[in-house]
Amino acid sequence: MKRIYLDHAATTAVDREVVQTMMPYFTETYGNASSLHSFGRDARNALDASRQTVADALGAHANEIIFTSGGTESDNLALKGVGKGHIITSSIEHPAILRTCKYLEDHGCDVTYVPVDSYGMVDPGDVESAITDDTTLISVMHANNEVGTIQPIGKIGSIAKDHGILFHTDAVQSFGKTEIDVQRMNIDLLSVSSHKVYGPKGVGALYIRKGVEIEPLLHGGGHEMGMRASTENIPGIVGFAKAASLAIERSEQDTRHLTGLRDMLIAGVMDSIDDVTLNGHPTERLPNNANLRFAFVEGESLLLHLDMKGIAVSTGSACSSASLDPSHVLLALGLAPEDIHGSIRFTLGRENTESEISYVLEVLPEIVGKLRAISPLAER
Amino acid sequence: MEYSEKVLDHFANPRNVGEISDADGVGTVGNPTCGDMTTVYIRVKDGRITDIKFKTFGCAAAIATASMTTELALGKTLDEALAIGRNDVADALDGLPPVKMHCSNLAADALHAAIEECMAK
Repeated sequence: MKRIYLDHAATTAVDREVVQTMMPYFTETYGNASSLHSFGRDARNALDASRQTVADALGAHANEIIFTSGGTESDNLALKGVGKGHIITSSIEHPAILRTCKYLEDHGCDVTYVPVDSYGMVDPGDVESAITDDTTLISVMHANNEVGTIQPIGKIGSIAKDHGILFHTDAVQSFGKTEIDVQRMNIDLLSVSSHKVYGPKGVGALYIRKGVEIEPLLHGGGHEMGMRASTENIPGIVGFAKAASLAIERSEQDTRHLTGLRDMLIAGVMDSIDDVTLNGHPTERLPNNANLRFAFVEGESLLLHLDMKGIAVSTGSACSSASLDPSHVLLALGLAPEDIHGSIRFTLGRENTESEISYVLEVLPEIVGKLRAISPLAER
Repeated sequence: MEYSEKVLDHFANPRNVGEISDADGVGTVGNPTCGDMTTVYIRVKDGRITDIKFKTFGCAAAIATASMTTELALGKTLDEALAIGRNDVADALDGLPPVKMHCSNLAADALHAAIEECMAK
Protein backbone atom coordinates (compact mmCIF):
# COMPACT_ATOMS: atom_id res chain seq x y z
CA MET A 1 0.00 0.00 0.00
CA LYS A 2 1.32 3.45 -0.83
CA ARG A 3 1.73 5.69 2.17
CA ILE A 4 1.11 9.41 2.20
CA TYR A 5 2.60 11.51 4.96
CA LEU A 6 0.50 14.59 5.78
CA ASP A 7 1.79 15.25 9.29
CA HIS A 8 4.76 17.52 8.61
CA ALA A 9 3.95 19.74 11.61
CA ALA A 10 4.80 16.71 13.76
CA THR A 11 8.10 16.03 12.06
CA THR A 12 9.69 15.73 8.61
CA ALA A 13 11.96 13.26 6.87
CA VAL A 14 15.57 14.36 6.79
CA ASP A 15 16.47 15.68 3.33
CA ARG A 16 18.90 13.33 1.55
CA GLU A 17 21.26 16.22 0.85
CA VAL A 18 21.24 17.00 4.57
CA VAL A 19 22.10 13.39 5.41
CA GLN A 20 24.99 13.50 2.93
CA THR A 21 26.28 16.70 4.50
CA MET A 22 26.14 15.18 7.99
CA MET A 23 27.85 11.87 7.23
CA PRO A 24 31.53 12.95 7.40
CA TYR A 25 30.93 14.47 10.82
CA PHE A 26 30.28 11.06 12.37
CA THR A 27 33.40 9.28 11.18
CA GLU A 28 35.94 11.80 9.88
CA THR A 29 35.41 15.23 11.39
CA TYR A 30 34.46 13.82 14.76
CA GLY A 31 36.54 16.05 16.99
CA ASN A 32 35.33 17.89 20.07
CA ALA A 33 34.91 21.53 19.09
CA SER A 34 36.50 22.55 22.40
CA SER A 35 39.78 20.70 21.66
CA LEU A 36 42.80 22.69 20.54
CA HIS A 37 44.22 20.12 18.11
CA SER A 38 43.40 19.89 14.42
CA PHE A 39 40.49 17.47 15.01
CA GLY A 40 38.95 19.97 17.39
CA ARG A 41 39.63 22.90 15.07
CA ASP A 42 37.93 21.13 12.17
CA ALA A 43 34.86 20.56 14.33
CA ARG A 44 35.00 24.17 15.52
CA ASN A 45 35.12 25.43 11.94
CA ALA A 46 32.05 23.37 11.06
CA LEU A 47 30.30 24.68 14.16
CA ASP A 48 31.17 28.31 13.36
CA ALA A 49 30.02 27.97 9.74
CA SER A 50 26.75 26.37 10.86
CA ARG A 51 26.14 29.14 13.37
CA GLN A 52 26.64 31.73 10.64
CA THR A 53 24.21 29.91 8.33
CA VAL A 54 21.46 29.75 10.96
CA ALA A 55 22.10 33.38 11.92
CA ASP A 56 21.78 34.45 8.26
CA ALA A 57 18.45 32.61 7.98
CA LEU A 58 17.08 34.75 10.81
CA GLY A 59 18.72 38.08 10.03
CA ALA A 60 20.87 37.69 13.16
CA HIS A 61 24.58 37.75 13.99
CA ALA A 62 26.40 34.45 14.52
CA ASN A 63 27.23 35.24 18.15
CA GLU A 64 23.51 35.59 18.84
CA ILE A 65 22.76 31.90 18.06
CA ILE A 66 22.92 29.18 20.73
CA PHE A 67 22.48 25.60 19.54
CA THR A 68 20.19 23.48 21.71
CA SER A 69 18.59 20.04 21.63
CA GLY A 70 15.44 21.37 19.96
CA GLY A 71 12.43 23.65 20.21
CA THR A 72 11.43 22.55 23.69
CA GLU A 73 14.86 23.31 25.14
CA SER A 74 15.01 26.63 23.32
CA ASP A 75 11.62 27.63 24.76
CA ASN A 76 12.68 26.52 28.24
CA LEU A 77 15.96 28.39 28.00
CA ALA A 78 14.26 31.58 26.83
CA LEU A 79 11.53 31.59 29.46
CA LYS A 80 13.45 30.30 32.45
CA GLY A 81 16.51 32.25 31.37
CA VAL A 82 14.95 35.70 31.35
CA GLY A 83 11.43 35.38 32.77
CA LYS A 84 10.83 36.91 36.17
CA GLY A 85 8.12 39.01 37.75
CA HIS A 86 5.35 39.08 35.16
CA ILE A 87 5.25 37.26 31.81
CA ILE A 88 2.71 37.66 29.03
CA THR A 89 1.98 34.80 26.64
CA SER A 90 -0.96 33.54 24.60
CA SER A 91 -3.48 30.82 25.34
CA ILE A 92 -2.57 28.83 22.21
CA GLU A 93 1.17 28.35 22.75
CA HIS A 94 2.84 24.97 22.42
CA PRO A 95 3.05 22.97 25.67
CA ALA A 96 6.80 23.73 25.72
CA ILE A 97 5.79 27.33 26.50
CA LEU A 98 2.60 26.75 28.48
CA ARG A 99 4.02 24.11 30.81
CA THR A 100 7.17 26.20 31.32
CA CYS A 101 4.93 29.13 32.24
CA LYS A 102 3.11 26.90 34.74
CA TYR A 103 6.48 25.94 36.19
CA LEU A 104 7.43 29.62 36.48
CA GLU A 105 4.08 30.37 38.13
CA ASP A 106 4.87 27.68 40.71
CA HIS A 107 8.17 29.47 41.28
CA GLY A 108 6.78 32.90 41.95
CA CYS A 109 6.12 34.43 38.51
CA ASP A 110 2.81 35.86 37.39
CA VAL A 111 1.70 34.90 33.89
CA THR A 112 -1.03 36.47 31.78
CA TYR A 113 -2.45 34.28 29.02
CA VAL A 114 -3.96 36.56 26.38
CA PRO A 115 -6.89 35.08 24.48
CA VAL A 116 -7.23 34.64 20.72
CA ASP A 117 -10.13 35.33 18.37
CA SER A 118 -12.07 32.61 16.57
CA TYR A 119 -9.32 32.41 13.91
CA GLY A 120 -6.65 31.85 16.53
CA MET A 121 -5.25 35.39 16.21
CA VAL A 122 -3.77 37.31 19.13
CA ASP A 123 -4.78 40.99 19.31
CA PRO A 124 -1.58 43.03 19.92
CA GLY A 125 -3.79 45.48 21.83
CA ASP A 126 -4.56 42.75 24.37
CA VAL A 127 -0.85 42.15 24.80
CA GLU A 128 -0.21 45.85 25.37
CA SER A 129 -3.02 46.17 27.91
CA ALA A 130 -1.66 43.21 29.86
CA ILE A 131 1.67 44.96 30.46
CA THR A 132 2.36 45.90 34.07
CA ASP A 133 5.33 47.51 35.81
CA ASP A 134 6.58 43.99 36.59
CA THR A 135 6.40 42.62 33.04
CA THR A 136 9.78 41.32 31.89
CA LEU A 137 8.90 39.12 28.94
CA ILE A 138 6.29 38.70 26.22
CA SER A 139 6.28 35.31 24.48
CA VAL A 140 3.91 34.83 21.54
CA MET A 141 4.41 32.10 18.95
CA HIS A 142 4.99 33.05 15.32
CA ALA A 143 2.68 30.42 13.84
CA ASN A 144 0.45 27.98 15.64
CA ASN A 145 1.27 24.30 15.33
CA GLU A 146 -2.32 23.08 15.22
CA VAL A 147 -4.27 25.61 13.16
CA GLY A 148 -1.39 27.36 11.41
CA THR A 149 -2.49 30.92 12.22
CA ILE A 150 0.38 33.38 11.78
CA GLN A 151 0.53 35.96 14.57
CA PRO A 152 1.27 39.67 14.09
CA ILE A 153 4.62 39.29 15.81
CA GLY A 154 6.11 42.40 14.20
CA LYS A 155 3.46 44.51 15.96
CA ILE A 156 3.91 42.66 19.22
CA GLY A 157 7.67 43.13 18.90
CA SER A 158 7.24 46.89 18.52
CA ILE A 159 5.00 47.04 21.56
CA ALA A 160 7.57 45.12 23.60
CA LYS A 161 10.33 47.42 22.39
CA ASP A 162 8.32 50.57 23.19
CA HIS A 163 7.82 49.33 26.74
CA GLY A 164 11.39 48.10 27.20
CA ILE A 165 10.22 44.48 27.60
CA LEU A 166 11.90 41.45 26.06
CA PHE A 167 10.03 39.68 23.26
CA HIS A 168 10.38 35.94 22.62
CA THR A 169 8.71 34.04 19.80
CA ASP A 170 8.47 30.30 19.24
CA ALA A 171 9.12 30.07 15.50
CA VAL A 172 9.37 26.28 15.37
CA GLN A 173 6.48 25.94 12.92
CA SER A 174 7.04 29.10 10.88
CA PHE A 175 10.79 28.81 10.30
CA GLY A 176 11.41 28.04 6.65
CA LYS A 177 7.75 28.61 5.75
CA THR A 178 7.32 32.32 6.27
CA GLU A 179 9.83 35.12 6.47
CA ILE A 180 11.59 35.83 9.74
CA ASP A 181 13.78 38.86 10.39
CA VAL A 182 14.66 39.38 14.02
CA GLN A 183 15.72 42.99 13.40
CA ARG A 184 12.66 44.15 11.52
CA MET A 185 10.31 42.23 13.84
CA ASN A 186 12.00 43.48 17.03
CA ILE A 187 12.53 39.97 18.32
CA ASP A 188 14.87 39.51 21.30
CA LEU A 189 14.64 35.72 21.61
CA LEU A 190 13.49 33.19 19.03
CA SER A 191 13.21 29.38 19.13
CA VAL A 192 13.70 27.16 16.10
CA SER A 193 13.93 23.41 15.59
CA SER A 194 15.73 21.35 12.98
CA HIS A 195 13.41 18.37 12.52
CA LYS A 196 10.49 20.50 11.30
CA VAL A 197 12.56 21.71 8.34
CA TYR A 198 13.91 18.40 6.98
CA GLY A 199 16.84 18.39 9.39
CA PRO A 200 17.75 15.81 12.03
CA LYS A 201 15.90 15.46 15.34
CA GLY A 202 17.53 16.53 18.59
CA VAL A 203 18.84 19.90 17.34
CA GLY A 204 17.49 23.40 17.55
CA ALA A 205 18.60 26.91 18.29
CA LEU A 206 17.74 29.91 20.38
CA TYR A 207 18.45 33.35 18.99
CA ILE A 208 19.40 35.69 21.83
CA ARG A 209 19.77 39.35 20.87
CA LYS A 210 23.17 40.75 21.78
CA GLY A 211 23.03 42.33 25.21
CA VAL A 212 20.15 40.22 26.53
CA GLU A 213 21.22 38.60 29.78
CA ILE A 214 20.13 35.03 30.14
CA GLU A 215 20.55 32.41 32.84
CA PRO A 216 21.64 29.05 31.37
CA LEU A 217 19.73 25.82 32.04
CA LEU A 218 22.80 23.59 31.74
CA HIS A 219 25.94 24.27 33.70
CA GLY A 220 29.28 22.65 32.93
CA GLY A 221 31.98 23.40 30.37
CA GLY A 222 31.85 26.78 28.69
CA HIS A 223 30.18 25.60 25.48
CA GLU A 224 27.95 27.86 23.43
CA MET A 225 29.43 31.04 24.89
CA GLY A 226 28.64 29.77 28.38
CA MET A 227 24.92 29.64 27.60
CA ARG A 228 24.64 25.89 27.19
CA ALA A 229 27.17 23.43 28.55
CA SER A 230 27.48 20.08 26.74
CA THR A 231 29.76 18.95 23.93
CA GLU A 232 28.23 20.24 20.72
CA ASN A 233 26.32 17.79 18.54
CA ILE A 234 28.34 18.62 15.43
CA PRO A 235 26.67 16.22 12.97
CA GLY A 236 23.24 17.40 14.12
CA ILE A 237 24.21 21.07 14.01
CA VAL A 238 25.78 20.74 10.56
CA GLY A 239 22.61 18.95 9.38
CA PHE A 240 20.39 21.62 10.88
CA ALA A 241 22.40 24.37 9.18
CA LYS A 242 22.18 22.58 5.84
CA ALA A 243 18.43 22.10 6.27
CA ALA A 244 18.05 25.77 7.22
CA SER A 245 19.97 26.96 4.17
CA LEU A 246 17.93 24.69 1.89
CA ALA A 247 14.73 26.01 3.48
CA ILE A 248 15.76 29.61 2.79
CA GLU A 249 17.00 28.79 -0.71
CA ARG A 250 13.79 26.94 -1.59
CA SER A 251 11.37 29.09 0.38
CA GLU A 252 9.66 30.75 -2.60
CA GLN A 253 9.34 27.48 -4.49
CA ASP A 254 8.22 25.55 -1.38
CA THR A 255 5.65 28.18 -0.44
CA ARG A 256 4.15 28.13 -3.92
CA HIS A 257 4.05 24.33 -3.96
CA LEU A 258 2.60 23.97 -0.45
CA THR A 259 0.02 26.73 -0.85
CA GLY A 260 -1.17 25.13 -4.09
CA LEU A 261 -1.58 21.70 -2.50
CA ARG A 262 -3.17 23.14 0.65
CA ASP A 263 -5.75 25.11 -1.30
CA MET A 264 -6.45 22.13 -3.55
CA LEU A 265 -7.06 19.99 -0.46
CA ILE A 266 -9.29 22.53 1.30
CA ALA A 267 -11.36 23.31 -1.81
CA GLY A 268 -11.61 19.63 -2.73
CA VAL A 269 -12.84 18.62 0.71
CA MET A 270 -15.34 21.48 0.85
CA ASP A 271 -16.67 20.54 -2.60
CA SER A 272 -17.10 16.85 -1.90
CA ILE A 273 -18.16 16.74 1.76
CA ASP A 274 -20.96 18.67 3.50
CA ASP A 275 -20.66 20.24 6.95
CA VAL A 276 -16.91 20.84 6.87
CA THR A 277 -15.34 23.98 8.35
CA LEU A 278 -11.79 25.31 8.17
CA ASN A 279 -10.22 25.89 11.59
CA GLY A 280 -7.83 28.81 11.86
CA HIS A 281 -7.39 31.92 9.75
CA PRO A 282 -8.51 31.90 6.10
CA THR A 283 -5.46 33.81 4.82
CA GLU A 284 -2.99 34.42 7.66
CA ARG A 285 -2.01 30.78 7.91
CA LEU A 286 1.00 28.59 7.23
CA PRO A 287 1.21 27.52 3.58
CA ASN A 288 1.18 23.84 4.57
CA ASN A 289 -1.62 23.73 7.16
CA ALA A 290 -5.21 22.65 6.54
CA ASN A 291 -7.08 22.03 9.79
CA LEU A 292 -10.62 20.92 8.99
CA ARG A 293 -13.50 19.91 11.17
CA PHE A 294 -16.00 17.32 10.06
CA ALA A 295 -19.34 17.58 11.83
CA PHE A 296 -20.91 14.48 13.45
CA VAL A 297 -17.74 12.35 13.43
CA GLU A 298 -14.88 11.86 15.84
CA GLY A 299 -11.29 12.59 14.85
CA GLU A 300 -9.57 9.45 16.05
CA SER A 301 -11.96 7.32 14.00
CA LEU A 302 -11.30 9.49 10.98
CA LEU A 303 -7.54 9.34 11.58
CA LEU A 304 -7.54 5.54 11.86
CA HIS A 305 -9.62 5.08 8.72
CA LEU A 306 -7.19 7.35 6.86
CA ASP A 307 -4.28 5.40 8.36
CA MET A 308 -5.83 2.18 7.02
CA LYS A 309 -5.66 3.84 3.60
CA GLY A 310 -2.02 4.77 4.20
CA ILE A 311 -2.67 8.45 4.91
CA ALA A 312 -1.04 9.95 8.03
CA VAL A 313 -2.74 12.97 9.70
CA SER A 314 -3.32 14.16 13.27
CA THR A 315 -6.34 15.23 15.30
CA GLY A 316 -7.19 17.59 18.14
CA SER A 317 -9.71 15.10 19.44
CA ALA A 318 -9.48 14.23 23.11
CA CYS A 319 -9.92 10.56 22.30
CA SER A 320 -6.55 10.44 20.60
CA SER A 321 -4.61 12.08 23.41
CA ALA A 322 -3.19 10.24 26.38
CA SER A 323 -4.83 12.73 28.72
CA LEU A 324 -8.24 12.53 26.98
CA ASP A 325 -8.27 16.33 27.03
CA PRO A 326 -9.42 18.11 23.88
CA SER A 327 -6.96 20.43 22.14
CA HIS A 328 -6.33 23.59 24.20
CA VAL A 329 -5.82 25.49 20.96
CA LEU A 330 -9.21 24.61 19.49
CA LEU A 331 -10.84 25.31 22.86
CA ALA A 332 -9.18 28.75 22.87
CA LEU A 333 -10.65 29.41 19.40
CA GLY A 334 -14.04 29.01 21.07
CA LEU A 335 -14.94 25.69 19.45
CA ALA A 336 -17.42 23.43 21.20
CA PRO A 337 -15.93 20.14 22.41
CA GLU A 338 -17.95 18.13 19.87
CA ASP A 339 -16.48 20.23 17.06
CA ILE A 340 -12.98 19.74 18.43
CA HIS A 341 -13.48 15.98 18.44
CA GLY A 342 -14.11 16.11 14.70
CA SER A 343 -11.06 18.20 13.77
CA ILE A 344 -8.27 16.81 11.62
CA ARG A 345 -4.94 18.48 10.87
CA PHE A 346 -3.32 17.93 7.50
CA THR A 347 0.19 19.40 7.27
CA LEU A 348 1.83 19.16 3.89
CA GLY A 349 5.47 18.88 2.95
CA ARG A 350 7.92 19.48 0.17
CA GLU A 351 7.66 15.92 -1.18
CA ASN A 352 3.86 15.77 -1.33
CA THR A 353 2.32 15.76 -4.80
CA GLU A 354 -0.96 16.69 -6.46
CA SER A 355 -1.69 13.04 -7.10
CA GLU A 356 -1.37 12.32 -3.37
CA ILE A 357 -3.88 15.06 -2.60
CA SER A 358 -6.16 13.65 -5.31
CA TYR A 359 -5.97 10.26 -3.59
CA VAL A 360 -6.94 11.85 -0.26
CA LEU A 361 -9.86 13.58 -1.94
CA GLU A 362 -10.86 10.26 -3.46
CA VAL A 363 -10.98 8.28 -0.20
CA LEU A 364 -12.02 10.92 2.34
CA PRO A 365 -15.69 11.39 1.31
CA GLU A 366 -16.32 7.65 1.64
CA ILE A 367 -14.68 7.50 5.08
CA VAL A 368 -16.63 10.50 6.38
CA GLY A 369 -19.81 9.05 4.85
CA LYS A 370 -19.24 5.72 6.54
CA LEU A 371 -18.66 7.31 9.96
CA ARG A 372 -21.65 9.60 9.56
CA ALA A 373 -23.81 6.60 8.64
CA ILE A 374 -23.10 5.09 12.05
CA SER A 375 -23.20 8.40 13.95
CA PRO A 376 -26.30 9.14 16.03
CA LEU A 377 -25.54 12.85 15.57
CA ALA A 378 -25.73 12.96 11.77
CA GLU A 379 -28.96 14.27 10.32
CA ARG A 380 -31.03 11.52 8.81
CA MET B 1 -1.49 3.02 22.41
CA GLU B 2 -2.26 0.10 20.20
CA TYR B 3 -5.56 -1.55 19.35
CA SER B 4 -5.97 -5.31 18.97
CA GLU B 5 -6.76 -6.83 15.58
CA LYS B 6 -10.30 -7.50 16.80
CA VAL B 7 -10.86 -3.90 17.83
CA LEU B 8 -9.63 -2.71 14.43
CA ASP B 9 -11.84 -5.27 12.67
CA HIS B 10 -14.98 -4.23 14.57
CA PHE B 11 -14.05 -0.58 14.05
CA ALA B 12 -13.52 -0.94 10.31
CA ASN B 13 -16.45 -3.35 9.79
CA PRO B 14 -18.91 -2.66 12.58
CA ARG B 15 -21.66 -5.28 12.99
CA ASN B 16 -25.35 -4.46 13.50
CA VAL B 17 -25.14 -0.78 12.61
CA GLY B 18 -28.39 1.11 12.29
CA GLU B 19 -31.68 1.81 14.00
CA ILE B 20 -34.82 -0.19 14.71
CA SER B 21 -37.82 2.04 14.04
CA ASP B 22 -40.26 0.25 16.36
CA ALA B 23 -37.74 -1.03 18.87
CA ASP B 24 -38.88 -2.59 22.14
CA GLY B 25 -36.09 -0.76 23.94
CA VAL B 26 -33.74 2.11 23.15
CA GLY B 27 -30.83 3.20 25.31
CA THR B 28 -28.54 6.21 24.76
CA VAL B 29 -25.46 6.82 26.85
CA GLY B 30 -22.73 9.47 26.66
CA ASN B 31 -22.85 12.85 25.02
CA PRO B 32 -21.09 14.52 22.12
CA THR B 33 -19.27 16.94 24.43
CA CYS B 34 -17.27 14.06 25.85
CA GLY B 35 -16.66 12.72 22.37
CA ASP B 36 -18.57 9.49 22.90
CA MET B 37 -22.24 8.73 22.37
CA THR B 38 -23.87 5.38 21.70
CA THR B 39 -27.50 4.42 21.11
CA VAL B 40 -28.58 0.77 21.24
CA TYR B 41 -31.91 -0.45 19.84
CA ILE B 42 -33.32 -3.89 20.72
CA ARG B 43 -36.23 -5.96 19.52
CA VAL B 44 -37.37 -8.60 22.04
CA LYS B 45 -39.49 -11.69 21.52
CA ASP B 46 -40.36 -14.17 24.30
CA GLY B 47 -37.80 -12.56 26.60
CA ARG B 48 -34.97 -12.91 24.08
CA ILE B 49 -33.17 -10.24 22.01
CA THR B 50 -34.05 -11.13 18.42
CA ASP B 51 -32.64 -8.01 16.78
CA ILE B 52 -30.17 -5.38 17.91
CA LYS B 53 -28.72 -2.30 16.24
CA PHE B 54 -26.46 0.54 17.34
CA LYS B 55 -25.20 3.96 16.35
CA THR B 56 -22.04 5.51 17.78
CA PHE B 57 -20.31 8.85 17.62
CA GLY B 58 -16.86 8.25 18.98
CA CYS B 59 -13.39 6.87 18.67
CA ALA B 60 -12.37 3.44 17.36
CA ALA B 61 -12.75 1.89 20.81
CA ALA B 62 -16.26 3.30 21.20
CA ILE B 63 -17.33 1.96 17.81
CA ALA B 64 -15.70 -1.44 18.29
CA THR B 65 -17.11 -1.98 21.80
CA ALA B 66 -20.62 -1.05 20.63
CA SER B 67 -20.31 -3.45 17.71
CA MET B 68 -19.04 -6.26 19.96
CA THR B 69 -21.74 -5.59 22.56
CA THR B 70 -24.45 -6.08 19.95
CA GLU B 71 -22.85 -9.37 18.89
CA LEU B 72 -22.66 -10.58 22.47
CA ALA B 73 -26.26 -9.60 23.21
CA LEU B 74 -27.96 -10.93 20.10
CA GLY B 75 -29.97 -14.08 20.89
CA LYS B 76 -29.51 -13.70 24.65
CA THR B 77 -32.35 -13.51 27.18
CA LEU B 78 -32.79 -10.10 28.78
CA ASP B 79 -31.30 -11.38 32.04
CA GLU B 80 -28.30 -12.85 30.23
CA ALA B 81 -27.83 -9.60 28.33
CA LEU B 82 -28.07 -7.56 31.52
CA ALA B 83 -25.17 -9.60 32.87
CA ILE B 84 -22.89 -8.48 30.01
CA GLY B 85 -20.39 -6.14 31.63
CA ARG B 86 -17.56 -3.94 30.51
CA ASN B 87 -14.95 -6.62 31.05
CA ASP B 88 -16.88 -9.12 28.92
CA VAL B 89 -16.87 -6.66 26.03
CA ALA B 90 -13.20 -5.78 26.46
CA ASP B 91 -12.22 -9.45 26.77
CA ALA B 92 -14.16 -10.38 23.65
CA LEU B 93 -12.13 -7.74 21.80
CA ASP B 94 -8.83 -9.17 23.11
CA GLY B 95 -8.48 -6.18 25.41
CA LEU B 96 -8.54 -2.41 25.14
CA PRO B 97 -5.80 0.13 25.87
CA PRO B 98 -6.18 1.16 29.55
CA VAL B 99 -7.02 4.75 28.60
CA LYS B 100 -9.92 3.43 26.50
CA MET B 101 -11.51 1.09 29.07
CA HIS B 102 -14.24 3.62 29.78
CA CYS B 103 -15.48 3.12 26.21
CA SER B 104 -16.58 -0.40 27.06
CA ASN B 105 -18.77 1.02 29.84
CA LEU B 106 -20.54 3.15 27.32
CA ALA B 107 -21.65 0.27 25.10
CA ALA B 108 -22.69 -2.04 27.95
CA ASP B 109 -24.53 0.82 29.68
CA ALA B 110 -26.43 1.66 26.49
CA LEU B 111 -27.45 -1.99 26.15
CA HIS B 112 -28.59 -2.11 29.78
CA ALA B 113 -30.56 1.11 29.34
CA ALA B 114 -32.32 -0.36 26.30
CA ILE B 115 -33.17 -3.53 28.26
CA GLU B 116 -34.45 -1.55 31.22
CA GLU B 117 -36.67 0.53 28.95
CA CYS B 118 -38.03 -2.65 27.44
CA MET B 119 -38.68 -4.21 30.87
CA ALA B 120 -40.43 -1.09 32.11
CA LYS B 121 -42.96 -1.26 29.28
